[in-house]
Amino acid sequence: MSKEILSVQDLKVNYGPIEAVKGISFDVYEGEVVSLIGSNGAGKSSTLRALSSLIAYSGQVSFLGEPLNGIAAHKVVKKGLIQTPEGRGIFLNLSVRENLELGAFLRKDRSNIKKEMDQCFDLFPRLKERLNRSAGTLSGGEQQMLAISRSLLSKPKLLMLDEPSLGLAPKIVLQIFEIIKKLNKEDGLSILLVEQNAAMALKSSHRAYVLETGKITLSGKGEELFSSDAVRKAYLGG
Amino acid sequence: MKILRSALLWLILFSLGMAAFSQGILNPYQQLILSYIAINVILATSLNLVNGFCGQFSLGHAGFMAVGAYVSAVLSLHFKVFTGSLDFLNFPFYALAGGSVAAVAGWLVGMPSLKLRGDYLAIVTLGFGEIIRVILLNMESVGGARGLYGVPGPTNFFVGTALAFFLAGGTWLVLWRLTQSSFGRAFLSVKEDEVASECMGVNTTQTKVFAFVVSSFFAGVGGSLFAHTTNYLNPASFQFMKSVDVVIMVVLGGMGSLTGSVLAAIFVTILPEALRPLQEYTGVDLRMVIYSLSLILLMILRPQGLLGSREWNSFFPFKKRGAK
Repeated sequence: MSKEILSVQDLKVNYGPIEAVKGISFDVYEGEVVSLIGSNGAGKSSTLRALSSLIAYSGQVSFLGEPLNGIAAHKVVKKGLIQTPEGRGIFLNLSVRENLELGAFLRKDRSNIKKEMDQCFDLFPRLKERLNRSAGTLSGGEQQMLAISRSLLSKPKLLMLDEPSLGLAPKIVLQIFEIIKKLNKEDGLSILLVEQNAAMALKSSHRAYVLETGKITLSGKGEELFSSDAVRKAYLGG
Repeated sequence: MKILRSALLWLILFSLGMAAFSQGILNPYQQLILSYIAINVILATSLNLVNGFCGQFSLGHAGFMAVGAYVSAVLSLHFKVFTGSLDFLNFPFYALAGGSVAAVAGWLVGMPSLKLRGDYLAIVTLGFGEIIRVILLNMESVGGARGLYGVPGPTNFFVGTALAFFLAGGTWLVLWRLTQSSFGRAFLSVKEDEVASECMGVNTTQTKVFAFVVSSFFAGVGGSLFAHTTNYLNPASFQFMKSVDVVIMVVLGGMGSLTGSVLAAIFVTILPEALRPLQEYTGVDLRMVIYSLSLILLMILRPQGLLGSREWNSFFPFKKRGAK
């Protein structure tokens, strides 16, 4: 089996007295797409926020063999653990170009950035057409494409996507997931995916974990969970 | 190299222009107004870095200005680096010292309050401005409420108005380069969305504190220029309303537009002066009425400020930002 890239042991997140994540353990191996699925309030986004050090947490998290606990958010990014936040987190008043440049904020290798920006335009040709427009004028789908491109320019070793399908038309969702699969297959990018759209997520991932009110209740291969009765009943409408 | 060459070119043009002006074209009153414009340009552009670009709200610019003003005034009364014919070279040292102490004050104020997200900075800076004013009011060594007399001022046009403009130009240049760099994008990203900004690897606390310290430094420089232009300092010059005046310039010019701040600083300084003849004519002081009315009108007609977040170069298509 390939190298372990992220390992999470007994992760707990509290918001005051409320325990949002109640001690979960999971791992991601190199070259894998792993999904965390679950309904609202299951603790999916809290998990990702904790991994990015955006909120406090307890438990053992190690990334590429090094512990992540207590490291500031911007340093987590430097290590290559990149998150595309929920609701995309696009800088609406900045141009598409400025958004992309911010993705490469920590990098100094200008010539590579240029090349990678062109690769993003190959993936999402529409971004190139709107390069100098402000990001707020983009449609929801285009904003999601921009968010993913921006994260790619941060040179992720593990990309964490928080609900990439949120608020998008089914056709666009399909397109986004095609790109996610393509990034994984062709570039070998490891991806940790958080989704409510369980059907889409399970079909596109190698492995998946099902979160329910802060606990992992099921885990297994993507297709296996997709056809399992428990998941079908709970998330896929029988 | 290119920037150096263009800076040199501007310097030569500037000196020629100033030489032309010094030949008795401007009377002392006009020179004084020009100096005030330069001071206000420094204050407004530097505050815009924090309030406009970083999206933090500082209400204590007068406090940092006061720190710079008193430090440089006290230094100039007790300490000289150059004497005799080189005396005019002293001022840049005083300005640097005033700016540096203000920057340290900015760091002390900014460090705890900028770690938090939200409007804490407005409250803390509001308090800081008042604390500084009250301290100065009760410090007998700097004149207390009587004020500080006899601050050495400029002896001629070149070390007065021209130097003020030179400093304003320098402030502009530093802030312009800063906002056009990747740091400038970091400032804007912090203003837009701090969480997303952290996700890009921007150290948001450090970015905000850095902007605040730079802003405080230039407020100090503006303050020392103020001290040496008026030759007299009084804590009452640095009341809360002074901070509000600077905020008005920033909002009027457009949050996030240095060009707008410059225009607004010129406008806000000149307008009350330009309305003086009206007062003589009617016998009623209508200046503040017209001044406030024009501000209200502007905010109704252009709530984003004169320029919004546009800069001078966006009006010239051949040099559009980001375009190839």
